[in-house]
Amino acid sequence: MIHPFLILQWLEEKLHLHLGEHVTYTWFVMIVLILLAFAASRAVKEVPSGLQNFMEVVVGGVENLIEETMGPKGKAYFPLIASFALFILVSNLIALIPGFYPPTANLNTNAALALTVFAMTHIIGFKEHGFSYLKHFMGPILVLAPLMFIIEIIGHLARPLSLSLRLFGNMYGHEIVLMIFFALVPFLLPVPMMLMGVLVACIQTFVFTLLAMIYIAGALEEAH
Amino acid sequence: MEFFAWCMIAAGFGMAIGSFGTGLGQGLAIKSAVEGVARNPGASGKILTTMMIGLAMIESLAIYVFVVCMIILFANPFTAQVVELAAK
Repeated sequence: MIHPFLILQWLEEKLHLHLGEHVTYTWFVMIVLILLAFAASRAVKEVPSGLQNFMEVVVGGVENLIEETMGPKGKAYFPLIASFALFILVSNLIALIPGFYPPTANLNTNAALALTVFAMTHIIGFKEHGFSYLKHFMGPILVLAPLMFIIEIIGHLARPLSLSLRLFGNMYGHEIVLMIFFALVPFLLPVPMMLMGVLVACIQTFVFTLLAMIYIAGALEEAH
Repeated sequence: MEFFAWCMIAAGFGMAIGSFGTGLGQGLAIKSAVEGVARNPGASGKILTTMMIGLAMIESLAIYVFVVCMIILFANPFTAQVVELAAK
């Protein structure tokens, strides 16, 4: 249930390598992003034009979003959030090019991203509050703390699960719908679904980054 | 082989029921968001962000159902056992 022809898979078979398609396409997205960043910042000008202008709009948009949701304290986590946003957006969008497979349509990639968010929230929490970060898990009443602790732990463990499964389900589901439509009527019928794919790709990127921001902001704020 | 027919039925019904509830939930969420924007257009940015998060949360329910359906259809853990039993 994937694209009938994947260009990097074909290349890999020629080279006799044994990697998953999600690994090769993750590398591809990384190379694209690195080249883009390099090309945009190669000759930084006072009055931006062309690629630098475009990248400034993108980065500025992410920066505004962080300012709105996380406040001034969230500025420090801009590199993490922005790389999540750019990586997920580009890897969702290459699904629309024939011969390219979105690495986010594989649970392994998404689990890696979601576990990074999960680990970062707790690292940031401990860094910010020290040992009193545990108060986040205790709830407002001290007598009920053992009960709240278990509930909070389950709630926190559900976060990476829901983050990774949401992105995976959306991208994989879209891929499957596209393939089924393609098998039924190959002529023009998949085009509206591909247009919806652009929408889904952008919304899922937005949702993932927004939830990552909210989790980190939750670790930053004082315990209630 | 009846097992696989029931798998198909289970996957189809599961997806139908899952998307039914999710559709209702998302409809209610969007209704409230639109009402909120109609009363106070100034708050539309904030409402949009909150609605998006809520919708993503609700939608993940349908996505879980979808993942379970895909496991039932393509990665069923009992396939080998059933095939073995059917061969006897």
